[in-house]
Amino acid sequence: MDAFGLPEIFFLLQGLKWTVLLTIISFIGGGVIGLLIALARVSSSSVIQRLAAAYIALFQGTPLLMQLFIIYYGLALLQFNVDAWIAVSFAYTAHASAFLGDIWRGTIQSLPRGQTEASNALSLGYVSRMRDIILPQALKISLPATIGFAVQLTKGTSLAAIVGFIELARAGQIVSNLIFQPLLVFGIVGIIYFVICWPMSIWGTRMERRMSQNHA
Amino acid sequence: MQKTTSANTASMSVSENETLIELKNINKWFGGFHALKDVSLKVSKGERIVLCGPSGSGKSTLIRCINHLEAIKDGTITVAGKEMKHDAKSIDSVRREVGMVFQSFNLFPHLKIIDNCSLALRRVKRLQREEAEVIARRYLDRVHILEQADKYPAQLSGGQQQRVAIARALCMEPKVMLFDEPTSALDPEMVKEVLDTMIGLAEDGMTMICVTHEMGFARKVANRVLFMADGQILEESAPDEFFSNPKHERTKAFLGEILAHN
Repeated sequence: MDAFGLPEIFFLLQGLKWTVLLTIISFIGGGVIGLLIALARVSSSSVIQRLAAAYIALFQGTPLLMQLFIIYYGLALLQFNVDAWIAVSFAYTAHASAFLGDIWRGTIQSLPRGQTEASNALSLGYVSRMRDIILPQALKISLPATIGFAVQLTKGTSLAAIVGFIELARAGQIVSNLIFQPLLVFGIVGIIYFVICWPMSIWGTRMERRMSQNHA
Repeated sequence: MQKTTSANTASMSVSENETLIELKNINKWFGGFHALKDVSLKVSKGERIVLCGPSGSGKSTLIRCINHLEAIKDGTITVAGKEMKHDAKSIDSVRREVGMVFQSFNLFPHLKIIDNCSLALRRVKRLQREEAEVIARRYLDRVHILEQADKYPAQLSGGQQQRVAIARALCMEPKVMLFDEPTSALDPEMVKEVLDTMIGLAEDGMTMICVTHEMGFARKVANRVLFMADGQILEESAPDEFFSNPKHERTKAFLGEILAHN
């Protein structure tokens, strides 16, 4: 077993499947919780605001790898006998929610105050103000940054290899250990990441350009 | 403009003496800055009040307190018999009686004109979309802009946007309309279309409080002109009296400055 053939490619694609799944799960989970974090961050209650700020600071101020270790081993120490899958998804969801929450907090706050004032003057309630007025505008402005974070997240899932989660990077490591051709194998792994991330980056850049034209 | 020459005749006079808005000894602070100093004001139903004064005098702050866009420190505000406390419920009940037009229009840029006008009808008054749009179209027609209903705000001129903003506020059928320098952000050629809309509203008997430096509008439409400086109402009188015979030195100086260019 020292050639790079179909079985190896198939094994890498299996890993890719988990990379994509982990990215999607943590992006969706992080999006839902991140939205709550963003709303908490711009809440009128200063206690809620500070709690959200602390949450964001905690995840932005520590390495992703530490977060993975702490959640992965922490859950086990707390007698939660969970699958690596769940532990890893949990860690990435928490990580993504802090970053997305902060991105969206920024765009919510970048909207002119007049939008909130006009909503208030029309006696629109909180839910309508957020759902109909603030979030549609804020999320649209945030799209380039949000896509940019999705690219980071996709690449970031490679760290899950360290706790034994077999995604694309870990699959590459296993194949490389079998056939002793690290340069070839990791080159291919890198190309696969690139093929996924590059179009997303281009999409984000295009969107950013289109928006700056609209605002000019 | 033919109609407007008769603006101060009996047809527009205050028909009832019912008090619609009452501010009693309100005080407003921005940090260490005392923006409103013990201001009191009574506005009767159908009255049209013009508030003027130098920038920083508190005139915008005063009308923004009426619908709680600014919170007062003390004093009482009563609108249509409802006293506004600091709780969400009483604030909301007052806001439902009060329409507001802003200097910078504040239309919702991501919504079509028709949706700008019908959204609050659907969300606050819980009307069905069709019903809400009928009302919205009626008021858009009234400000002569119905044909723009399916456009977005950015596709309209400033004057058109401000007329949409007036229609949007009218859709909620407020008892009083507040105007916060509605023509200051407009190019000169668009000021007239907005003022004409406001004059039309006045002729229909709407109670209005307008912060504006359009003295021609004040002469035509106002029952009372109030002059503010340093967070206080220094002078108030009927427009003729106000312009021909100002009493306070500050008023004279202010009128001298703004009328010098008219």
